[in-house]
Amino acid sequence: MSFPKPQATLRSATGIPTGRLAVWWLIASEVVIFGGLLGSYLMHRLGHPEWADAAAHTNTWIGAFNTFVLLTSSFTAVLAHKAAEAGDGKKAAKLLVLTMGGAVTFVLVKSAEWAYEISHGYTITANNFWSFYYTAAGLHALHVIAGAIIMGIIAADAYRGRELQRVELIGIYWHFVDVVWIFLFPLLYIAK
Amino acid sequence: MAETAVAVQSDEHHAHEDHHGPRGWLKYIWSTDHKMIGMQYMFTGMFMALIGGFMAYVFRMQLAFPGISVPLYGQVSPGEYNALITNHGTIMIFWVAMPVLIAAFGNYLIPLMIGADDMVFPRINRLSYQIFFLSAVVLLASLFVEGGGFGGAWTAYPPLSAVAEYNQTDLGSSLWLIAVALEFVAFLLGGINFITTLMNSRAPGMKAYDIPLVCWMIVIASILFMLSVGPLLAGAVMLLFDQTIGTGFYDPARGGDPILWQHLFWFFGHPEVYVVLLPALGVTIEIIATFSRKKVFGYKLMLYTVVATGVLSFFVWAHHQFIAGIDPRMANVFTVTTLLISVPIAELCFVIIATLYGGSITLTTPMLWALAFVAEFLIGGVTGIFLGASGADIYFHDTYFVLAHFHYTFFPIAIIGTFAAFTYWFPKMFGKMMNETLGKIHFWGTIISFNVIFIPLFVLGMGGQHRRIYNYQHFPDLAGPEMYQLREIATVALLVMLAFQLVFFYNCIRSWMSGEKAGKNPWKSNTLEWTTESPPGHGNWPADQMPNVYRGPYEYSHPDREEDYWPQNEPT
Repeated sequence: MSFPKPQATLRSATGIPTGRLAVWWLIASEVVIFGGLLGSYLMHRLGHPEWADAAAHTNTWIGAFNTFVLLTSSFTAVLAHKAAEAGDGKKAAKLLVLTMGGAVTFVLVKSAEWAYEISHGYTITANNFWSFYYTAAGLHALHVIAGAIIMGIIAADAYRGRELQRVELIGIYWHFVDVVWIFLFPLLYIAK
Repeated sequence: MAETAVAVQSDEHHAHEDHHGPRGWLKYIWSTDHKMIGMQYMFTGMFMALIGGFMAYVFRMQLAFPGISVPLYGQVSPGEYNALITNHGTIMIFWVAMPVLIAAFGNYLIPLMIGADDMVFPRINRLSYQIFFLSAVVLLASLFVEGGGFGGAWTAYPPLSAVAEYNQTDLGSSLWLIAVALEFVAFLLGGINFITTLMNSRAPGMKAYDIPLVCWMIVIASILFMLSVGPLLAGAVMLLFDQTIGTGFYDPARGGDPILWQHLFWFFGHPEVYVVLLPALGVTIEIIATFSRKKVFGYKLMLYTVVATGVLSFFVWAHHQFIAGIDPRMANVFTVTTLLISVPIAELCFVIIATLYGGSITLTTPMLWALAFVAEFLIGGVTGIFLGASGADIYFHDTYFVLAHFHYTFFPIAIIGTFAAFTYWFPKMFGKMMNETLGKIHFWGTIISFNVIFIPLFVLGMGGQHRRIYNYQHFPDLAGPEMYQLREIATVALLVMLAFQLVFFYNCIRSWMSGEKAGKNPWKSNTLEWTTESPPGHGNWPADQMPNVYRGPYEYSHPDREEDYWPQNEPT
């Protein structure tokens, strides 16, 4: 059933499209969620220098590879936005599928990494560093998965030339997911 | 199809709903209309208020008459007592104050007052209610699982909340936590909708300072909520992991820190007070301006003051933790910020008094509620100053003085504010006037008994009565007859107050069935919701008659006009 948009959705008293405004507010709410979690982690980390021993067992190279994958996928998201601006829904959809490919790679690499770590006894209950490691990265991975699913829906619409403005919105969200990882990577992997 | 055809004939505008929207009883579940969703929030909230009130009745009976078999409940065990007080607090704040004040009135009023036909994201709005409904079901289910409902107080401090051996409610505490987290998600979705709607969907001509203050207040409250709840959501995930998979985030033996939860909780918990206060304050201001027939004294002053309060509210949270072992130097800082926040709040009271001053005041039922809000909240605010000062708080902490203090803030907010709003907008929502005599009986019965409940509790608190005690007979200092008399007075007053609510329900049903027709604008008010039908149809106004705005919302008793009001949409 197609949903008739009310006039309210189409108005723009601020001059900013409603969808973009809402995505920024969504991101504001997400920033404080991750902010609370990472702030708690930082305070604990500063109080527990011995966590560095646990952190030494994280694999910086795998983390770096995933960083590269995510950053690249953000690049294709930008290209998708550009294509959507030009009105080329098919191209935007293809680029979004590429971005989803990045998300899938990220999640697969992360699963393999976690499987290796868990099999070596570094589980979520091993100590509080690992608890934070799995909680923060897990919450981030949930965002990657959710973003990829939404991206699929938007790509399907964009392919038929519908709701092209949403390509930009998922792009903004995807950059946010990227930025969260940019914080997680040094905090969880590089700081040994 | 016949139905649709008839609808098209009778009203082009309503046909829109019949054609696209779900039909019959399904419209109550799948409606995306902001008014319907607002009503759903309101009735769910009122239903939960009855449950929360019933819990208060059961544990107040146990406190006044320990060991008796409470009528309609039976004997209260210590575990049940803990579950009752915990869930009373949780329900009243998260399932009554928030859904009714923010979600219900926000949903109902914002689009109507800014001249829009709906929220900007109607389907997200519906999702928000559905998640909220689910959260209520999970919470109520948590009361009936093995081991009983969670009993670690609504603040859920670890280790009591984290370790099943301590709280004895393995499943109950996890379900409680999940319910609260789901509720937060529902309000985040709703909040994004409110903020975006106010920013983008205002009627043509409505500038920032033409927005009715209640809309501003609800939106500022949504922003406060959004910016404060995140850390607690993260903290809730951590607590859930501690409970279920055995991590040690809050376990000092494993390098965790139980105080961390207190920080995360109160970083949210204190702004939350303002989250629920602001909508009630906005409602009060609307009502007082209407029934004083006067322009609000200092619209911008009020708005800026509220923003300042909101900012300041992020820097006061540790006043809840003065005896939790925080650094005394930090306690000094938080004492100062806490006392500072009484400045803008006092300012708001003065703005309201200045609005009343020289006005032509009509004491209708909504006006009585609005005035009572200011008077009662003032007592709550003034007693808060004792608790904000770390020196005095060390004595008062966790006594009934604290309990009486925050009931003097939350009761005016959640109950008085709701009754004010409900009686004021009832004509708009149901198209009928409420009975004034019954309304006043209900008002006086509720207000007097409310004070008789909580003033004795201040006295008990100063006498050293601690909170969260199942039976004071086990404490010789607190078991004397003078203390029991005060407890009995409070309990009897509660029974009286609950009985007076029957008057309210009777009044609602009677007015709804056979009240006088309200017409579009029974209170002769200026704001846009009074320019449409009561109750408004789908889309609020016919699509070709959406209002334009020419002036601010409080142009009462303008000297150049014969009428003493000047609707916002009337061209100059």
